[in-house]
Amino acid sequence: MASCPCHWTSGKINPHHLHNYPLCHTMIDLPHAILLQGERSSLDLSLPNGNAVDTSSPASSSSLLNRLQLDDDLDGETRDLFVTVDDPKKHVSTMETYITYRVSTKTTRTEFDLPEYSVRRRYQDFDWLRSKLEDSQPTHLIPPLPEKFVMKGVVDRFSEEFVETRRKALDKFLKRVADHPVLSFNEHFNVFLSAKDLNKRQGLALLSKMGESVKYVTGGYKLRARPIEFAAMGEYLDIFTQKLGTIDRIAQRIIKEQSEYLVELREYSPVYSSWASSEEELQEPLDGVAACMANCCSGLEELTEEMSEDFLPVLREYILYVESMKNVLKKRDQVQAEYETKLEAVAFREDRKTPVPTDVEKCQDRVECFNADLKADWDRWQNNKRQDFRQLLTGMADKNIQYYEKCLAAWESLIPLLQDKQEARADTN
Amino acid sequence: ITDTEGVMVEKGGTLLKGLEISVAEAEKRTGKNAVSIQETYTVYLIETRAVDNVSEVANPTPDSLWRRYSEFEIFRNYLLVTYPFVVVPPLPEKRAEFVWHKLSADNMDPDFVERRRVGLENFLLRVASHPVLSNDKIFYSFLTQFFVLCLLFCVGFFEMKHYGDELQSVISQLLRVRARVADRLYGVYKVHGNYGRVFSEWSAIEKEMGDGLQSAGHHMDAYAASIDDILEEEEHYADQLKEYLFYTEALRAVCRKHELCQFELEMAAQDLISKKQQREELATGTVRTFSLKGMTSKLFGQETPEQRETKLKTLETQIEEGEEMVKERTAECDEFVKNAWEDIERFREQKDRDLKEALISYAIMQISMCKKGIQVWNNAKECFSKM
Repeated sequence: MASCPCHWTSGKINPHHLHNYPLCHTMIDLPHAILLQGERSSLDLSLPNGNAVDTSSPASSSSLLNRLQLDDDLDGETRDLFVTVDDPKKHVSTMETYITYRVSTKTTRTEFDLPEYSVRRRYQDFDWLRSKLEDSQPTHLIPPLPEKFVMKGVVDRFSEEFVETRRKALDKFLKRVADHPVLSFNEHFNVFLSAKDLNKRQGLALLSKMGESVKYVTGGYKLRARPIEFAAMGEYLDIFTQKLGTIDRIAQRIIKEQSEYLVELREYSPVYSSWASSEEELQEPLDGVAACMANCCSGLEELTEEMSEDFLPVLREYILYVESMKNVLKKRDQVQAEYETKLEAVAFREDRKTPVPTDVEKCQDRVECFNADLKADWDRWQNNKRQDFRQLLTGMADKNIQYYEKCLAAWESLIPLLQDKQEARADTN
Repeated sequence: ITDTEGVMVEKGGTLLKGLEISVAEAEKRTGKNAVSIQETYTVYLIETRAVDNVSEVANPTPDSLWRRYSEFEIFRNYLLVTYPFVVVPPLPEKRAEFVWHKLSADNMDPDFVERRRVGLENFLLRVASHPVLSNDKIFYSFLTQFFVLCLLFCVGFFEMKHYGDELQSVISQLLRVRARVADRLYGVYKVHGNYGRVFSEWSAIEKEMGDGLQSAGHHMDAYAASIDDILEEEEHYADQLKEYLFYTEALRAVCRKHELCQFELEMAAQDLISKKQQREELATGTVRTFSLKGMTSKLFGQETPEQRETKLKTLETQIEEGEEMVKERTAECDEFVKNAWEDIERFREQKDRDLKEALISYAIMQISMCKKGIQVWNNAKECFSKM
């Protein structure tokens, strides 16, 4: 079916968009303005003017609204697209060595030819996807990818830990896109998930999108007044990223201190063992203490590793997320500034009684669309952020609890070993 | 064939053939120990009777000697060290272990004492019938003579000194490690306090997440603060270790005193031996050992009989004095050794008790620290889950 240039296909409708364009999507087979295939993904968000649209009956629009309520929650029942990233494999070729990941898709969406896909993708494919999403959906917040560049000498790109951390981040990235009501319908996303050989499709995609141009490269316009809510977003992001940076530094410091603590703690075991060898009565208890210390050490090592592998990467991901979000806010400002400037220019000509030129109208639409998309994405992002951080911090607490529980068990098992002999002695004396 | 002690021993045979050995009685004694504390202990009577080789009838009057259990221990240790290739017979249990009834767990229990008496006799008989051990000179002395303890204890004291060195070294290492560990642990806890502040600042820009973050931050502050008490408690354990570190110095002092006693006894004994040799030379006119006097007398002529007589008389006096000296020094040594060994035994038991207590309280401290950690993080987790 034809889709509105805003990419809202039926069934997945942004309520804010609907608020602005109430007549859009009210009927499934409404004849929208006929757009050329090549312009389908045009960034020109102008409303088809003067289009004959059947007014929807109140009943149908309200039932649509009801569906919206459910869809907006996007819980498991209504989800129709599942994506997973797993199974990393090393590929060695004459030119280079790299890792690919299996991307598995299960879907009932008709946008996809098959209900299931399984393809192999490497990091640069994900990178391609992200830039495509950024270019084609500039009004939306695109989730971040894990860091691209890795210092070859410092980090082992092929170590199990590094690959696993990356895999988790890539999985998160795709899931966030898949959960997004707009991004998940993006054709580049579709291609990414379904094409056997992405390189070829990349080439084709490039060709067919020749007509596409990044029309949001506006620049040099001065913004008069930023609407309060977007100003608030900007401020929030500034402070938030600052706090994230602080937390990252604290976490790193803790890991460092814990590692140094571990180094010293390891010294205990051999000393207690050596002492045990020169004792008779005390030999067993001292050996017991030595074993206990060793247990605590391995628990601490686990804790530090997990914090490094699970906690820090997620923090960094969010810092990257915020960076890209700030860019989107800047773009929005630019779009608004362009509109305001053009509007001012028109205002000067008011007395000539010329109708509002279409390009100014287009600007206005762009602003309103951008604002709507951004607001919707912002709310969704806030919600996800809350869940993500709840999970992250609860996870951190859990890891610490596990560590202490392991140590507790070790020390508690030592007590009967120590006390048994003591009691026996007391009886004979 | 008789050996130097005048005991009939068949060549290649065992002592048992010439000597009847028994542990006849056991008695309770009370006495003051080295630190003048009254204590009760049990002594056992070792009786030996020389068996007439011909008639195989034991002498009616036995030689006897009272010894404590710990003296048997020392003797057995000596055997272990001297004959490492021998499977040395064991002593009966020191403490009533493997008891089937709590009542018989008392070392003073008459049944226990009786069983021990039998066990000790059994031990002596086994040593006496062992082809190698029975020929040990010290064994005979252990059965019959008092002063030999000194020699036996040499091994014991040497081991004690070595143990003292080991203990000092190991406790010093432990204390050093503990200091470094405490330092690091302090750092880990305190850094968590930073979370408190940043969560608080962060909560200011959040709506629904704010409360959870804020309260979690407070728990992080509590966590950071808790380390001060934890390390304070650990000081107590360090103090207990330090006490025994300093104790090793005292232990070494006792061992040194023993060495001194030994040395003085040996000096007196050697002096006596040389005097006795000189007397022999003078009396028989034979020169066994080279001496300057001997040479000069050869060069400048022998002494007159009167001169010899005077010399002999002086020597006799000196030998008498020398023998007194040896007796004195031996008695001193014995006295010292007996007291010192008892006290070392007491110290050893005290050390085992005290250090075990210390380890128990250390473990309890660690358990408490872990429980506190679990509680704080559970509290924080609850706050996080409400975010």
